[in-house]
Amino acid sequence: MMSLITRRTLIAASAATAVTGLTVPARAAGLAPTPSMRGGSNNYLPGAPIVDRIGDGGFWMTGTVRRAGDGAPLAGQRIQIWAHTTEGHEREPESHGATLTDENGEYRLEMPQIVPAFGQPHGHLAYDSGEFKTVFLRPIMPSASDTTLAAHFVLEPA
Amino acid sequence: MGRLRSILIWLALLAAMLVPIVAAAQSPLLAWREPIYIVAGFAGILALAILLVQPLLAAGLLPDFTLAKARKLHLFMGITLVASVLLHVGGLWITSPPDVIDALTFTSPTPFSVWGVIAMWAVFAAAMLAALRKRIGLRPMTWRKIHTLLAAITVLGTAAHAMLIEGTMETVTKAALCCVVVLITAKVIFDAKIWQPRRRVARGNRSQS
Repeated sequence: MMSLITRRTLIAASAATAVTGLTVPARAAGLAPTPSMRGGSNNYLPGAPIVDRIGDGGFWMTGTVRRAGDGAPLAGQRIQIWAHTTEGHEREPESHGATLTDENGEYRLEMPQIVPAFGQPHGHLAYDSGEFKTVFLRPIMPSASDTTLAAHFVLEPA
Repeated sequence: MGRLRSILIWLALLAAMLVPIVAAAQSPLLAWREPIYIVAGFAGILALAILLVQPLLAAGLLPDFTLAKARKLHLFMGITLVASVLLHVGGLWITSPPDVIDALTFTSPTPFSVWGVIAMWAVFAAAMLAALRKRIGLRPMTWRKIHTLLAAITVLGTAAHAMLIEGTMETVTKAALCCVVVLITAKVIFDAKIWQPRRRVARGNRSQS
């Protein structure tokens, strides 16, 4: 009986190590790349156009894009954004848009107010341009009445 | 006096089921949803409301209803419950297939979907057990234990599912309905004494009295 418990504990410990190993790759030092989030790619429509604003705006999606390892800001990176908003569902092409990061690796895109859908007020973002490994994020708003949401990318070369 | 009491009990039951539905119908979120998504959401709320009446009917606790009549309505409400769950999941699938696939495969980022899917399989299993009752030939007490266990999982899973969702249901009426459903289910199961070990219930002693 004792040996069974020990074995279970060992299995659990090694599983935990394996999970940690996935999220923090064996990089000698520096900033780890952002892993994709569960459900992040849901209702993704590749190739969202770069726009000044999605729909009538009123809500801001903001964030940064940096390089894994040294954390250098990445300029000119295309971030695609979509969400269920007051103007439409996630699946509608009109709910999708993209923007580029500035010289500081920062981006911000105005879009319609995100409203709770499928149980949580959340947005979707994608980096899917090829130079770096693809990352899908699905950040959740702390409150449905928030008018801004931030999502940060740390990318590793593809 | 008995008549008034009976009317009040029925009115309270109807109010407990209907007030949360009416409150959800006032949700501002509805303005930004497609009809199929709205239907899917309300099918889920209806399913939750039905969970309130099911244990009361199973135990024959409602006034003016003989146990036989109550069990007949329990069967009808059970069918309606399964249909509501199918409409709920099917409507959500049409609204956003990848989110429902994630939920059904237990890979969703949202913790509440796990509870919803567990409750769904439990209610389907409870219904199957009811449909095949005569064919599978379980001893009545064994059948009752399994059906009751599945019903308990359905109720707890549904309550957790509903409470964790930020959706159209108004939070106070949602919490109240979930509490009442869990408490009544617990009371009925406790009073039924089907898990009391090594104590035969005397013949003629009906637990529903």
